[in-house]
Amino acid sequence: MRKYLAFFRTRFNMGLQYRTAAIAGLACQFFWGAMAILAFKAFHDTDPSSFPMSLPAMSSYIWLQQALLTLLTMGGMDNEFFSVIESGNVAYELCRPVDVYGMWYSRSAATRVSNALLRCVPVIVIAALLPAPYGLSAPPDLLTFLTFLLSLVLALAVINAMGMIVYMITFHTITPRGVRLIAVNICDFFSGDIIPLPFFPAGFKEFVELLPFSATANVPLRIYSGDLHGPEMVKLMLLQVFWAAVLIAVGKLIERRELRRVTVQGG
Amino acid sequence: MKLYLKYFEIHLKSAMQFKGSFFATIISQFLTAFTVFLGITFMFGRFNSVDGFTYEEVVLCYAIILMGFGLSQLFASGFKVFDSMIGNGQFDRILCRPRNEIFQVLSQRIDFVRLGMLFQAVVMLVYSLVTCPVDWTFSRVLTVIFMIAGGFVLFSALFLLDGSIAFFTIQGLEVMNVFTYGALEHGKYPLSIYGRKMLTFCTFVIPYALIQYYPLTYVLGRTERLWYMFLPIIACLFVVPCWIVWRIGVSRYKSTGS
Repeated sequence: MRKYLAFFRTRFNMGLQYRTAAIAGLACQFFWGAMAILAFKAFHDTDPSSFPMSLPAMSSYIWLQQALLTLLTMGGMDNEFFSVIESGNVAYELCRPVDVYGMWYSRSAATRVSNALLRCVPVIVIAALLPAPYGLSAPPDLLTFLTFLLSLVLALAVINAMGMIVYMITFHTITPRGVRLIAVNICDFFSGDIIPLPFFPAGFKEFVELLPFSATANVPLRIYSGDLHGPEMVKLMLLQVFWAAVLIAVGKLIERRELRRVTVQGG
Repeated sequence: MKLYLKYFEIHLKSAMQFKGSFFATIISQFLTAFTVFLGITFMFGRFNSVDGFTYEEVVLCYAIILMGFGLSQLFASGFKVFDSMIGNGQFDRILCRPRNEIFQVLSQRIDFVRLGMLFQAVVMLVYSLVTCPVDWTFSRVLTVIFMIAGGFVLFSALFLLDGSIAFFTIQGLEVMNVFTYGALEHGKYPLSIYGRKMLTFCTFVIPYALIQYYPLTYVLGRTERLWYMFLPIIACLFVVPCWIVWRIGVSRYKSTGS
């Protein structure tokens, strides 16, 4: 366990080095969030009765989504692993006397956390200062906030395990571009990144909630904004635990199969 | 032109060397556009209209902007890798050759995978042309063509500007993505829904509204002002300041020495 923590720590420090890139990214996210809220507000103004969430809850959802972008989306995958596989330097990784899955899992989790920590604080602060209904509002109560945090950790476990599967598939295909983007698109859509799940048609939404993709950002963001509560919330959180376990198991299985027949590219 | 066709052939051949990866990327490009389209469809499953625009009209709007964007990604994506051309000294070689630099940068990269995105745009365009309750007069069809062409030129100008910035920063700037990808993502809806201030910005600062909102109102019969039809041509003037920045960049260019 200690060596995984060490991988986590070195990676985390490395992420904190790129501050200018983080500031530029911040400006993008802020603009993106504002435009998304304005678009949803236009729908709300046209017909408030058809809007499945309250407008302040919607704004909170969008701002948290922007703040936690690199933590909870497929886009937050670590480019380094792809280039290591493509260049053949992966051979060095395989020489180390630690389990590759565990090592990469902790390193890619650290990349996500360090990227997100830098970006989330300013987004949250600025968004909290915006006037209602555009700003980020406080969660309904303390218990909700604590459940949100727990669900956030589970979401990280699920999305990271899903990212691991994409890395492992890259062992097979070598070039990551296609596989990776397909995974990003599918995951973004079903995790409520393009439109939140409450906007999905009834029936289809219930089906999508069972998928592993929705066990990511969808759950914590909706808990925070107060949209998800009671038995429904417990059910989705249990599903998060289930998917985290299944995806890690599947990832390890693919790892074992791929590593047995891995061909190292180049020298 | 003959030289460009030659480059075109070379890029096509090299893309075909990795068929699996190539088609997977085309599919992913299609999915990017398709999931946005699904999002619009789900929204309109709940709402009949937004700010007075119906589903078919929004699909037409998204189809047009996606087409302009996809075309400029296909042909002008050389500017997107321009920072690495400066970084690895490739631009030094370009300056030595007796051809226009912009032409050479453009011909360094033709991104065929964008065909996936364009496919989605064509499907949506055909769908909305059939279903929109619009009397398709000659001038309206021409306006749609102008809008697509205007979008192509405007986005290409933005990529040119994005590339030119690399002269001053060596590394590309992520912020520029807001004006290209961001404009595509948020330009799926007619720009008026974002409010007056945003519309003013998109009219006078970066002329997105000139290729999107104003001519769209003419196409959909919201206005009788025929001159709205020619606004996309005026939007093309945006190339001029971007080109000036590029010229300043070239004249001050110092090799990175690698």
